[in-house]
Amino acid sequence: MKSQFTKRNLIWTIVVCVIFSIFQIAISGRMIPNTYQVAIITIGINIILALGLNLIIGFTGQFSLGHAGFMSIGAYSAAIVLAKMPNLTGLFVGMLVGMAITAVVALIVAIPTLRLRGDYLAIATLGFSEVIRIAIQNMEITGGAAGLSNIPKLTTFPLVFVFIVISVIVIHNFIRSSHGRACISVREDEIASESMGINTTKYKTLAFVIGAMLASIAGALYAAYFYVLKPTTFGFMKSIDILVIVVFGGMGSLSGSILAAIVLGIINLTLQSYSEIRMILYALAIIVIMVYRPQGLFGSKEVTDFLPKKWQKKKEVD
Amino acid sequence: MPLLSVKKLTKNFDGLCANSNINMEINEGELVGLIGPNGAGKTTLFNMLTGVYVPSEGSIEFTKDDKPIKLNGIKPYKITALGLARTFQNIRLFKDMTVLENVLIAMNKDVDYGVITALLRLPKYYKSEIAMKKKAMELLTIFHLEDKCEELACNLPYGEQRRLEIARAMAAKPKLLFLDEPAAGMNPQETAELTELIRFIRDEFHISILLIEHDMSLVMNLCERIYVLDYGKIIASGVPEEIKSNKRVIEAYLGEEV
Amino acid sequence: MTIFLQQLINGLSVGSIFALIALGYTMVYGIIKLINFAHGDIYMLGAYVGFFASTSLGLGFFPTMLLAMVICMVAGVLIEKIAYKPLRHASRITSLITAIGVSLFLEYAMMYFMGPNIRTYPADFFPREVYTFAGLQISNHQILIFVTSILLMIALQLIVKKTKIGKAMRAVSTDPDAAALMGINVNNTISFTFALGSALAGAAGVMIGMYYNSIDPLMGMIPGLKAFIAAVFGGIGIIPGAMLGGEAIGILETLASGYGFSMIKDAVVYLILIVILIIKPSGLLGKNVKEKV
Repeated sequence: MKSQFTKRNLIWTIVVCVIFSIFQIAISGRMIPNTYQVAIITIGINIILALGLNLIIGFTGQFSLGHAGFMSIGAYSAAIVLAKMPNLTGLFVGMLVGMAITAVVALIVAIPTLRLRGDYLAIATLGFSEVIRIAIQNMEITGGAAGLSNIPKLTTFPLVFVFIVISVIVIHNFIRSSHGRACISVREDEIASESMGINTTKYKTLAFVIGAMLASIAGALYAAYFYVLKPTTFGFMKSIDILVIVVFGGMGSLSGSILAAIVLGIINLTLQSYSEIRMILYALAIIVIMVYRPQGLFGSKEVTDFLPKKWQKKKEVD
Repeated sequence: MPLLSVKKLTKNFDGLCANSNINMEINEGELVGLIGPNGAGKTTLFNMLTGVYVPSEGSIEFTKDDKPIKLNGIKPYKITALGLARTFQNIRLFKDMTVLENVLIAMNKDVDYGVITALLRLPKYYKSEIAMKKKAMELLTIFHLEDKCEELACNLPYGEQRRLEIARAMAAKPKLLFLDEPAAGMNPQETAELTELIRFIRDEFHISILLIEHDMSLVMNLCERIYVLDYGKIIASGVPEEIKSNKRVIEAYLGEEV
Repeated sequence: MTIFLQQLINGLSVGSIFALIALGYTMVYGIIKLINFAHGDIYMLGAYVGFFASTSLGLGFFPTMLLAMVICMVAGVLIEKIAYKPLRHASRITSLITAIGVSLFLEYAMMYFMGPNIRTYPADFFPREVYTFAGLQISNHQILIFVTSILLMIALQLIVKKTKIGKAMRAVSTDPDAAALMGINVNNTISFTFALGSALAGAAGVMIGMYYNSIDPLMGMIPGLKAFIAAVFGGIGIIPGAMLGGEAIGILETLASGYGFSMIKDAVVYLILIVILIIKPSGLLGKNVKEKV
């Protein structure tokens, strides 16, 4: 009888703990300068965003350009709750509130728009995310165009790390289940999928809502790290940044998204010393990467697919 | 009561009449053929029967547990859940998924664990997954694809892709199976094997089959009854011998010199 | 009623600008199915060329516009050759991200060379005069924008419908492979499409520089997005659709701000886009194409 407690999962747990310890010791031992710590947290938040978007675009094949909108809902919900309860409990409550609101909004967005295909869907989701941004800009509770400030700084590296691990497990377990396979089949061939008894609308919506909720979590972590929130932070360019990570890593590759977020984070950090031409170089980097590696770093493969054969998991019936 | 009964079915595309006034019946356990020249409207009829297109007029009724159910306007996935499954003329496999996964997807409609169970990997997830995979492998064995279960569907040779499509449709546990040109592009040897396979699954799973085919030897050899479609209308129906000698069919379809 | 008519007049001139930019989007999308996000920045480039020509060279309106159109044309073709051509057979999302890369590159390169601050056209470039009749105000700028846009659109229609290269464009947009088999030089046709679209965007840039009298390196982002929405609104790939969509978006937007909703005028545009997409995804003038099974 199979269960979670396999040798394989034990190895993974050890690997994750080792990675965590290395970073944690480096941070608490003050071996990493402050600017780098900001970069690490940003990369971590981007990983969560990219994983969620990859579920929508990479695995389910639904081209969404509205991820920043869901992130902003999470960020503002957390900030508003944190203003009343400035402690970790407040952050978690805010996160839950944000996820609930995001889920509802994502449903409202998904049901009409997911009937659209390809570029049309991209534009519709982009439109919705801009509507969310403009709504936030015009509401009192969110501080209008000025935004919110004095948000307590509660996000720490361990917290971000835990949420990255949770996101990876959630998406991994989802795509390796019958429900996840149904989502992938929608990407592969929607008509065939529907003819094989898959309720494609349901699965597209499901993937969309799960992805949006992860964005909401990332938003909450963001709010509790950077003191201030401005509606302009969550504009169209933020959605594009996340999309670039997903495509650069490889659509349908979780490890690709993680690696891409790290690589792009490092590129960004290196370019900070050339602030004047930073964006120019970043833009050139995007063009060069896309022209020379259009399928992204990993394509749809995972990092484990590159391990020696004998280490790979047997996918056969056990 | 027939398993499937089609009455006065019509489909118009912007004034173009693809199918008009089609009447058809399929009984339990029957192997029925649907033939006709290119562009006669065979695939359109299939698409209406499987819910991909919504009929303009007429009715489609499917008998389940002795009760007739109207299929007009029902979404394809619900029709599949009622017990009708299909293959496609231009193979539509999930190309970047493995052979096994292709079959597993058709079993999704019967999956008995929810999303939360999957996310938390509760014991039920493992139990169901193992049971599903076992069933899928049994099915693949019948179609002689068990050795290739780990291969990506797009890497299979053509004939095996056709077989996998049928296997995938069978995984949806249909009572009525629609095959859209299953022998297209096959050599005579492969066609002969396919003929045996279709007969075998009909007997083994006690299902009815409706198939579109251009290969006359296969149709005449396999089907118990045949419908002939031309310019969107049924011009003849009957047992293979009747069709072979039907004057209108010969004129419309086989050419006059036959 | 006067407010309505006044906003209609204002909307028509802004809408003409959107329409000119939307044409470039729609033609490029029609021919290579790419949302050319850098197109809004070509419009920005046009505005800056106009700034340069009017201040440093002291040229008048029409020579300035012509120069901007030529330079934007060259830029558009270069971008296509360097960035998009290698990706013609890659997935759409890859080309889309490349387009975004190009867009960022143009914006920040301009910012590097010209600085992030706002520039203005010289006061004597095309002095503004306002005419009033029946309580409605209309400026010579608005008339100029409207007339020039209409003339450019008519010229475009003639090129696409009456010339050999226009026929080639239509052929490539229907089926590039078949067009190539019929002896059409697909690469040249695509380059020509970019040239046409970019020239129109360049003209739009100069006119907006004159009309609003303020240009900056990021000015192309929002109008670019709205022009794309205009293209979708009218039916993407359809030239009259882009004109109609551009005018519709321009009028809607000015109406929304005219009636005191300027804070949410962008939201109005997006909501209308969403409604159109949901009701008729192929746009106002588009035909529904169902996937063949």
